[in-house]
Amino acid sequence: MKLSTQHLLGIKDLTKEDVQLILTTAQQFKDVLQRPVKKVPSLRDVTIVNLFFENSTRTRMSFELAERRLSADVLNFTASASSVAKGETLLDTVNNILSMKVDMVVMRHSASGAPHFLAKHIPAAIVNAGDGINEHPTQALLDAFSMQEKLGKLEGLKVAIIGDIMHSRVALSNIYLLKKMGAEITIAGPPTLIPKYIKEAFDVRVEYDVKKALQWCDVANVLRIQLERQNQPLFSSLREYNLAYGINRKLLDSLNKEIVIMHPGPINRGVELDSDVADGPHSIILNQVENGVAVRMAALYLLANREN
Amino acid sequence: MKAILTQQQVELTVKRLARQIWENHLHLENTVLIGLQPRGIYLSDRIVDELKTLMPAEKIPYGKLDITFYRDDIRKELHIANKTDILFSIENKNVILVDDVLWTGRTIRASLDALLDFGRPAKVELCVLIDRRFSRELPIQSDYTGRSIDTFASQKVKVYWKEKDEKDEVILM
Repeated sequence: MKLSTQHLLGIKDLTKEDVQLILTTAQQFKDVLQRPVKKVPSLRDVTIVNLFFENSTRTRMSFELAERRLSADVLNFTASASSVAKGETLLDTVNNILSMKVDMVVMRHSASGAPHFLAKHIPAAIVNAGDGINEHPTQALLDAFSMQEKLGKLEGLKVAIIGDIMHSRVALSNIYLLKKMGAEITIAGPPTLIPKYIKEAFDVRVEYDVKKALQWCDVANVLRIQLERQNQPLFSSLREYNLAYGINRKLLDSLNKEIVIMHPGPINRGVELDSDVADGPHSIILNQVENGVAVRMAALYLLANREN
Repeated sequence: MKAILTQQQVELTVKRLARQIWENHLHLENTVLIGLQPRGIYLSDRIVDELKTLMPAEKIPYGKLDITFYRDDIRKELHIANKTDILFSIENKNVILVDDVLWTGRTIRASLDALLDFGRPAKVELCVLIDRRFSRELPIQSDYTGRSIDTFASQKVKVYWKEKDEKDEVILM
């Protein structure tokens, strides 16, 4: 058994079997993380560089911890503190790093397609840690793992993805993954933040009334409003967004069922999620973060098995 | 193809192995059994079943260990991990590792590494159904052996278990 791909560029390229293999392997790594020695020697001969051209807290720490738990050697690179600031190109930067005998590259970049470009030009295995508004595959995998852990299945699960769909790589990766695994999806949020042809492109439901979406779903994956990617105002104010699309305890209590709340972080408290929900009993946000390490260990472990 | 152990021989051999373990560790005082995933657990299940006729089942400390993440051949072949299930401390215990076939010794090497991540046992012993002698790549030997056989590297030893393969048999191919 092995993955059908040499890189993890997006969920789009994975088969259903690939996703299942990663999720099953992640469960074994989650068990490893409960042991007194939370570490295995699997990747002790592998060197991994984390290339972050965009800010990150969770993803970067999660990848680094996953790499260290697998005993890989880890190099960290932050664009703002590097020669990129002097005008070095992406390919030059990466080739220079690779000449130091690096086997895998974990990259986050603000340009969609940057990891696909690298995969074509360099011999290392590439893991996409988020590229522009395209994909964030490991986030979708850890979301799926957390849903499956909490609710026991993915097939037939009703998932609402709520918020800034337009600028969200998490949304796109989640849609690809959930579709592959047979879940039902409703996209919800303000019309200005939902791409026009999403319904036709992915065969998903679109709902502009958040309460109706919540009433329908088993799980609500609430996304962050990405103000840094919005060049023009797409809603009048954060307060108004909160009033119309924000999720609070009162709204959840008005439903006649219990649903699970997820968020990929970082949360804009008081905008898309109120604190009484984010920290409340419905939320599995911190479980998502915990599962992130196990899922990334699984992805790295399965990709390290390439013949050089 | 040559039969090494028939169904009846497998049964007798398992009984003997269980009683040898019992002889050396009476009442399993301070002793735990750990079967190696994925194929060693059928033998360890049988040995534990046999020990249950000698002592109360709940007093037998029995776990399963998966060594996938400790293998030294990840670049050559990817193995799918199984569940590790060790719900007791192995600190200062006598640990008996159980596997079906001892060949190069590399699996046992990896299992020792995996085991030591759970604590520091007082002693580790090895119990195998089949020992392919003179083919070791590491200095490892078994303490309880079902049957020692001479094989060529090109040959395969196949152990069938009723629970999985619908018959008990060991053959050399």
